[in-house]
Amino acid sequence: MSPDIWHQIFNYDDYGQLLALVANSIIAAAVLGVVGGLISTFVMMRDLAFAVHGIAELSFAGAAAALLLGVNVVAGSLAGSVLAAVVIGALGVRVRDRNSAIGVLMPFGLGLGVLFLSLYKGRAANKFGLLTGQIVAVDTPQTAWLIGVSVVVLLVLAVIWRPLTLASLDPDVAAARGVPVRALSPVFTLVLGLAVATTIQIVGALLVLALVVTPAAAATRVTASPRLIPLLSVLFAVTSVVGGILIALGSSIPISPYVTTIAFVIYLTCRAVGAVRTRNGWARRPSAAVAG
Amino acid sequence: MIEQSGTIASQAAPAGRTPVVLSLTDAELRRGERVLWSGLDLELRRGEFIAVLGPNGSGKTSLLHAILGQLPLSAGALLIDGRAPRRGSDLIGYIPQQRALAPHTPLRARDLVRLGVDGHRWGLPLGGKGLRRRIDDLLTEVGAHEYADMPLGLLSGGEQQRVRIAQALATDPALLLCDEPLLSLDPHHQHAIVDLLDRRRRAHGTAVLFVTHELNPVLPLVDRVLYLAGGRFRVGTPDEVMRSSVLSELYGGLVEVIRARGRYVIVGAPTPHHPDPAGGVQP
Repeated sequence: MSPDIWHQIFNYDDYGQLLALVANSIIAAAVLGVVGGLISTFVMMRDLAFAVHGIAELSFAGAAAALLLGVNVVAGSLAGSVLAAVVIGALGVRVRDRNSAIGVLMPFGLGLGVLFLSLYKGRAANKFGLLTGQIVAVDTPQTAWLIGVSVVVLLVLAVIWRPLTLASLDPDVAAARGVPVRALSPVFTLVLGLAVATTIQIVGALLVLALVVTPAAAATRVTASPRLIPLLSVLFAVTSVVGGILIALGSSIPISPYVTTIAFVIYLTCRAVGAVRTRNGWARRPSAAVAG
Repeated sequence: MIEQSGTIASQAAPAGRTPVVLSLTDAELRRGERVLWSGLDLELRRGEFIAVLGPNGSGKTSLLHAILGQLPLSAGALLIDGRAPRRGSDLIGYIPQQRALAPHTPLRARDLVRLGVDGHRWGLPLGGKGLRRRIDDLLTEVGAHEYADMPLGLLSGGEQQRVRIAQALATDPALLLCDEPLLSLDPHHQHAIVDLLDRRRRAHGTAVLFVTHELNPVLPLVDRVLYLAGGRFRVGTPDEVMRSSVLSELYGGLVEVIRARGRYVIVGAPTPHHPDPAGGVQP
């Protein structure tokens, strides 16, 4: 590549001023990183990666509709997410039913979103941002929305953390212990919908998985401790999204490639570390005799 | 509710004064139009070990769900320690049928046991030294202390089963329900698991109700057998129930029980043609 193109992509001449301008975005991103990191541990436990994708597409449709109607985009995005969560919850309780329901729902949501965007006559950057992420779009009132919704998500997670863990990993034992397994499932899907809708505002609908699946997927490769996994997962998510923004500031391309690349590199590193650990005796017992 | 210490159950069916943990009186369970079993009378006393045998679909797992308070009886009475069954009772420990674990299940052995202690409570999993010691004790009792900090997904089937038993014992239950705990274990580990449960019931008086297809590892140790088949049942010692005449009557056809070198083989039992109606709970 010629230096010219490099200069077009990366230009850190006015970095200090830019940083001050996007301070709100960085705060919002850090909060979203915490939410994404925590919720991704349950997405892994409940095997809901595909549902995240489905919710994101409908959330995108909601945001696009809001853009077209000239109302709050975060609210539109939330409405789409909640609708998706309700539909997914209603259509499929079993994993197999659920996945086909999501497969049907997802292209429909994406199609609706594209329709609304093509009818929208405003700035093109607004349109593209919903799919691939943006920083500038996050102004102060939106930041307040994002943080408010994130706090709700974190509070609900804190309350249902233990029974949700048991219900996700061992539903039979959970039911026997009196955990309301059937009620927890829609509650979690709803909370997941809120988290996805807020994450979309920064990384875009297509790349939500990098913040809501990848962090815990990476963390479970290097540890099985239920205390370390959420901590590492939050660390990975915050690093990806804040790091992505800081690099993207001096660049002309959207933030999502940076966020997803950082997340992916973290995941690959964790896989490698996990593989080495397993080979070097993670499975080894303190004593040589392998008791059964 | 409170365990009396020092009672050690004898191997013969405990009679007389030993408290009744579970009692079924003229109990009937239907799923839709089908009667799984009816007229079932059964009393299980402290420290008693009973095997529940029978073909698929005969209502073995449904019996467990009824005891857990998840399925109401269609007739008759079921009492746990003298009271109606309820969900989440600390009196009952439950080891459901083993399901395959994802290799990267985010739990170590000790974490699975911990879920048995406080996994049903609301809030964040904070914990102190007391909790840790309790988990260590439970793991030690089942001989799983050595791999307490290993990821569950890296443990063998037999090791996982020991950890699940520790989890089920977390509330010091009066009654332990085991659903096919020997499934997919090799004979060596099958015997180890049965011995473990046998020791527990002798030392702590925990009554054990053991649903299984594997006759031979359990029959030498159990006090009684509940055999369910074709909507009928039979309760008695293994010698009373495991006879050609008894099983032929239950199945309504010619069934032969062969005893050779201390092992039982059942020949001619009709093959099961319907799956067990009581499936697991969906996540």
